[in-house]
Amino acid sequence: MTRLILNRLLVAIPTLLLVSIFVFGLLKLLPGDPVLALAGEERDPQVIEMLRDKYGLNQSLPVQYIRWLGGILQGDFGLSIRTRLPIGEMLLERLPVTLQLSFQALIIALVIGIPAGVFAAIWRRSPLDWMITSIGLAGLSIPSFWLGIMLILWFAVGLGWLPSGGYAGFFSAPIENLRTTLLPSLVLGTAAAAIVMRHTRSSMITALKSDYVRTARAKGLREGIIVRRHVLRNALIPVVTTVTLHFGELLSGAVLTEQVFGIPGFGKMIVDGVFSRDYAVVQAVVMVSAVMFVTMSLIADIAYVILSPRLRT
Amino acid sequence: MNTATDMSGPRRRSGTSMALRRALTQPGVKIGGTIVVFFVLVAILAPLIAPYGPTEPDWMAIRQPPSAAHWFGTDDLGRDVLSRVIYGARSSLAAGITAAVIALVFGVPLGLIAGYFGGLVDMVISRCTDALLACPFLVLAIALAAFLGPSLQNAMIAIGISAMPIFIRLTRGQVISVKQEDYVTAVRAQGLGDGAIIISHILPNVVAPIVVQMTITMAVAVLAEASLAFLGLGQRPPAPSWGSMLDIARQFLVEAPWMAVWPGLAIVVIVLGFNLLGDGLNDALNPRDD
Repeated sequence: MTRLILNRLLVAIPTLLLVSIFVFGLLKLLPGDPVLALAGEERDPQVIEMLRDKYGLNQSLPVQYIRWLGGILQGDFGLSIRTRLPIGEMLLERLPVTLQLSFQALIIALVIGIPAGVFAAIWRRSPLDWMITSIGLAGLSIPSFWLGIMLILWFAVGLGWLPSGGYAGFFSAPIENLRTTLLPSLVLGTAAAAIVMRHTRSSMITALKSDYVRTARAKGLREGIIVRRHVLRNALIPVVTTVTLHFGELLSGAVLTEQVFGIPGFGKMIVDGVFSRDYAVVQAVVMVSAVMFVTMSLIADIAYVILSPRLRT
Repeated sequence: MNTATDMSGPRRRSGTSMALRRALTQPGVKIGGTIVVFFVLVAILAPLIAPYGPTEPDWMAIRQPPSAAHWFGTDDLGRDVLSRVIYGARSSLAAGITAAVIALVFGVPLGLIAGYFGGLVDMVISRCTDALLACPFLVLAIALAAFLGPSLQNAMIAIGISAMPIFIRLTRGQVISVKQEDYVTAVRAQGLGDGAIIISHILPNVVAPIVVQMTITMAVAVLAEASLAFLGLGQRPPAPSWGSMLDIARQFLVEAPWMAVWPGLAIVVIVLGFNLLGDGLNDALNPRDD
């Protein structure tokens, strides 16, 4: 187990280093001088030179990269040009909002996706299977931002049950927090539920054909017991890995969902950064997304080994 | 190979033609293919079938609900929503196809090289692929589109680059298993060069999963283009794009909800078409029990 974790870490570190080079290089390839953007209205050459010195922009690119990476490792992502706030602080403020949305979306995905996948697999090639797989495919095809707009139209504009946007803090106003995050979580959870359903179905079908199921049937065990005690336990192992990996993908979905519902999360941060040409913020979001994605992959690998008895020994 | 026997014996169908026949019997391929062909025809014939010009404002018909004159209603500038949805198919399909082609043209050769040669080349390509795959797809596409500047062309490039690592990883994996086959060892023993082996003997045997991936990538690219346009990083208004139409429609949800319905439905149907096609091709080209 320790060896596996070490092996995965050894692969994850160069991957993240490459991401950092890519993210750093992207900013350097941009036309225009970042110092002029920082200086704003100030055009005094002395001030500009001072800023260039302060941010180490007079140094060679490798030195600049090492300084930048060193800063990131200490949580220093630089200053946002738009808000003049440390980007690290902004991340700390916005990341929990997106994590809450993603977590709620994941619960929705599991609650819908697993039973749907199980039923589709048990009654394979039946009208029920056909209906579930068709809904799943539709769930994968609906753009999250359109689904968000349609839900606003229905639940907020039409019925007036839920707010059309905004966000209330989880600790300061828990009920309002639930009301403001319900529709966005549902939007994020729809595609995730479709993915969980497809993986559960496929995994269940494989498990239902295995030798131990045949043996259990030969012993005269009832189908319900076979599914609950034997098939589900084994079939859900790959689903756990998929779900863990998909958690990183939920960040992608959060970008659009937060934009539609005006939620001040991590996803909205990249969009705001793009439109205010706050490229340091864009860099930080891409970098943090990659770290989270790699971490989730690592957790998925470890979870697979823990859950799979064959690999545990 | 005994060509004389082949010539004299009954004509055998090639693997590709059999796979193609199998694919055409799949319901997913039939339905998905019909949807995709329908949208291709709509995009090509847009000037002939659109009742109005896509950017033609009508100040007397601002935000009018669906009627006989405007089947899908009009938008905030009095433009016909149906005509804009019809013309919008052009940018969506262009983005879907171009981005998938960019990913294919760069991804497949890199995957072939990494898988075939292995060693240091493989390590470098694989680590770079891992790095790109570590960035969530849309986050990467947004970052690239932002750095390249907002336009349909740049959105296509950004989506193509973001989709490329999947092709590299897929092709590499296929090549690694195919290159160990006996027939590859045999042609290598005959003295055939690496380039010829890759193009003539390995590539044809890894095409099937690439074709499936290409179809799925088109669905992803259409969604991504709509997403970028929705965020203001794709096709710029007034040119019609389903994503940017939804962005505008968001501001008039109470007064003109029809503005939001049709472009979104168009995206759902075309993406569903590509997904059905991809699933059907996958079932036909990689026949398993499920």
